[in-house]
Amino acid sequence: MTPLHYVRAGDRADALARVSSGARCLGGGTNLVDLLRQNVEQASELVDVSRLDGAIRERDGGGLFIDAAVTNAVLAAHPLVRRRYPVLARALLAGASAQIRNMATVGGNILQRTRCMYFYDVDGARCNKRQPGAGCDAREGFNRYHAILGASDQCVATHPSDMCVALAMLDAVVHLSGPSGDRAVPLADFHVLPGATPQVETVLHPGELITGVELPPPSDAVVRSDYRKVRDRSSYAFALVSVAGGLAVADGRVREARIALGGVAAKPWRARRAEAALVGVAPHPEAFLAAIREELADARPLSGNGFKIGLVERTAVAVLTTLAGARA
Amino acid sequence: MTIRVNDTEVPAPDDARISLLDLLREHLHLTGTKKGCDQGACGACTVLLDGNRVLSCLTLAVQAEGREVRTIEGFAGATGELHVLQRAFVEQDGLQCGYCTPGQICSAIAMAEELRRGEPSYVTPDIAAGPATVTREEIRERMSGNLCRCGAHNGIVEAIEVMLAETAA
Repeated sequence: MTPLHYVRAGDRADALARVSSGARCLGGGTNLVDLLRQNVEQASELVDVSRLDGAIRERDGGGLFIDAAVTNAVLAAHPLVRRRYPVLARALLAGASAQIRNMATVGGNILQRTRCMYFYDVDGARCNKRQPGAGCDAREGFNRYHAILGASDQCVATHPSDMCVALAMLDAVVHLSGPSGDRAVPLADFHVLPGATPQVETVLHPGELITGVELPPPSDAVVRSDYRKVRDRSSYAFALVSVAGGLAVADGRVREARIALGGVAAKPWRARRAEAALVGVAPHPEAFLAAIREELADARPLSGNGFKIGLVERTAVAVLTTLAGARA
Repeated sequence: MTIRVNDTEVPAPDDARISLLDLLREHLHLTGTKKGCDQGACGACTVLLDGNRVLSCLTLAVQAEGREVRTIEGFAGATGELHVLQRAFVEQDGLQCGYCTPGQICSAIAMAEELRRGEPSYVTPDIAAGPATVTREEIRERMSGNLCRCGAHNGIVEAIEVMLAETAA
């Protein structure tokens, strides 16, 4: 780690002023400290935003506003999250370990970087994300964990967050503050696909700060929602694939379906094609499979991750079938 | 500003790059806390920060300013009697080499508090209601952030069950 200056933000204005002049935001440090220590990233100044306000406030109409400094553990344990947004609580609890969830903040979780091992291997691997134009050793390398949707010749990395998959499914909105004012961006639009510029991972402008995340009031499909994560060991591992699902059924037909996929792309993947295919149909495993296959029609597996297509299909069908109360 | 470590105030380091783990081990000579991977993958460095379990390897020491740290050295009683979980680890063979043990014990003591607060885990069937019973599956999921390369997990789970039973009584 190169020498750096550390300062604790006194309030949001202080944090913004420092971020505008080039400081990196430090939340729980569970990703950034590691990136700095391994020299994947460098920073001359860290502004610690982990002690800024960390409240979870109920909004008129039943939504929630979650401050960026709220920890993953506090959010997962919150009674209203557990009751109204079960998919979010389950996704948070699927991520990392209890120790890391006690440290990691909501803002930092959104901004965490890929765990592609070639991205981390500063001395031994080429990476277009770390060094634009250098090349990508993952595309023809050990790519079991990499993307099947939305990847490019330049980058096949996945976004590692579980929380963000649930947030994409929930139509969550990320609130930002910056030198030119405040703005709000849907979580599903916050992360961007790699294209020719894999070093650009989000729509966050230089000098901007994530101030919080807003959850709309829960729809029927959100109240009846869940998250399932498939990994190489049963806990404390990043996802091979994951599925956030929600289903509302009335009179034997799907009225509302919500599906988002993790471990498949550089961003949490909202499966809108599959959702649209399900509205109005009878909630049966065959219908769920047909819908998720529509979503995966554009999937382009690499040499080592073709299994993800079948794994997403089976996981999505299992989640939706359980939610429908039907037998698999 | 200082950091309170096992009830003693210590100054925060001038170099912001020093991890809480290195502060404990190299500067304060509290070598009970172990450095395993130094990248947040093994849990050997687990300590309590304001009562919550955290990884001291990924915590910059300056981030602990004004906070209270408790390490494995801080759990025995005033006259040296072991914490109930330390005793249970000995009795239930919760270790072989012992390298992961301080992290396991800190982690499990904090886990008991999380259970007492009724917090769910990924394997809790009803996430809104919280865990109805503390199954072995619950303990294993909640302790998954602490790896044991010797494979003493069965003894570790049994020691934790002893602690939970004794503290509930």
